[in-house]
Amino acid sequence: MCLAIPGEVLSIQKEKALVNIMGVKKEISTVLVEEVQIGDYLVVHAGCAISKIDKIEALETIEIFKGIEDLNHE
Amino acid sequence: MNNIQHMFKDKYLVDNLVKKIQAYEGKVVNIMEVCGTHTMSISRFGIRSILPKTIRLISGPGCPVCVTPSYYVKSAIELAQMKDTIITTFGDMMRIPYKGNSLLHEKALGRDIRIVYSPLDNIQIAQDNPDKKVIFLSVGFETTTPIIALSVIEAVEKRIDNYMLLTANKTMPQVMNLLSSDKEISIDGYIYPGHVSVIIGTELYDKIADKYSITGAIAGFEPVDILGAIYNIISNVNHKSMKVNNTYSRVVSSEGNMIAKAKIEEVFEHCDAIWRGIGCVSKSGLRLKDKYVKLDAWKAFRISENEQDYDPKGCRCGDILKGKCLPYECSLYGKLCTPENPVGSCMVSSEGTCSAYYKYI
Repeated sequence: MCLAIPGEVLSIQKEKALVNIMGVKKEISTVLVEEVQIGDYLVVHAGCAISKIDKIEALETIEIFKGIEDLNHE
Repeated sequence: MNNIQHMFKDKYLVDNLVKKIQAYEGKVVNIMEVCGTHTMSISRFGIRSILPKTIRLISGPGCPVCVTPSYYVKSAIELAQMKDTIITTFGDMMRIPYKGNSLLHEKALGRDIRIVYSPLDNIQIAQDNPDKKVIFLSVGFETTTPIIALSVIEAVEKRIDNYMLLTANKTMPQVMNLLSSDKEISIDGYIYPGHVSVIIGTELYDKIADKYSITGAIAGFEPVDILGAIYNIISNVNHKSMKVNNTYSRVVSSEGNMIAKAKIEEVFEHCDAIWRGIGCVSKSGLRLKDKYVKLDAWKAFRISENEQDYDPKGCRCGDILKGKCLPYECSLYGKLCTPENPVGSCMVSSEGTCSAYYKYI
């Protein structure tokens, strides 16, 4: 059950954050992710952030997929 | 966020990936995914329908509820029937049938059984009900286990003594080794689970590539993610490369989430575990460490873990979970076994293979 969704950090307290998940505000635990800041995007699973989302890596991944070759090209 | 999410749903990228994959003219490639959320996403996006016949997408044992043995459900029902217990659980467990009964049925009869979104919700429930024993059905893989560990640590810190776990947590590495060495299934590449990987990192997959010559790609859950992983695997197989692509690098690092791993290590230790349909897989389960024995419901209620697994006649969940047969090859599928009236766990769980096939195919 890997279901996890991205949430944008709106405010932070000790070991918790208020995040915006698709328009819904939810308080989640940030114990598992270090140095959470307002504006960060977090992957949220079962009430807990498990990772930050790295925008630069995301863009790099997209660039890689834009330049893929034909599979039959040896 | 929606920017980043949208990028991975981008129509042009999707079309390009689909075109490249459909143009593939090489030999058969067997790809297995081992994540219930991938099973569902693949079905929901209709990905199987666009693949050439030479690309076989097999669903493996990626749904923790589906691989939970039937005696666990029996034990949960027995605990629910006791006086002064509150059973808390994720939603999927509610409808799993056991000899004509289920937790949902027990709830309808008035037992206190509650669905929680987060294991951390148990803390409040335990505090609000000091005279009851709150027993959480602790089922999940590495994505969920650290959060369950947090609930245990918090309970101890707050001196809450009426919170317990009925553990059936499992870990992926051991079963992946089992599947990889199974000549009958013959996997060429794995789509690796995105959020399990967030926690455990990528080292396991490099080991599998080395030991079994099986390539792989770690994937997220948007269409570009999954199609991209499939593309990478086909490309690797074509080039005879044992690379493991991290196509979910925006979220998965090679070392994983060290804090989460430490929390699991703090609370749990490895034990043997029975996977429904597969049997006992050595050291693939997690149980509470001795220092947390007071929260162990197996011990507190003296429930035996070693009962014979009960599988209804004709049910082929076991073969389906190993990717050895497809849902419609089970004689019960769609006839006696439907989402409204599920016989086995593959149909009950929202992320089960049969449930995914039935809903979307």
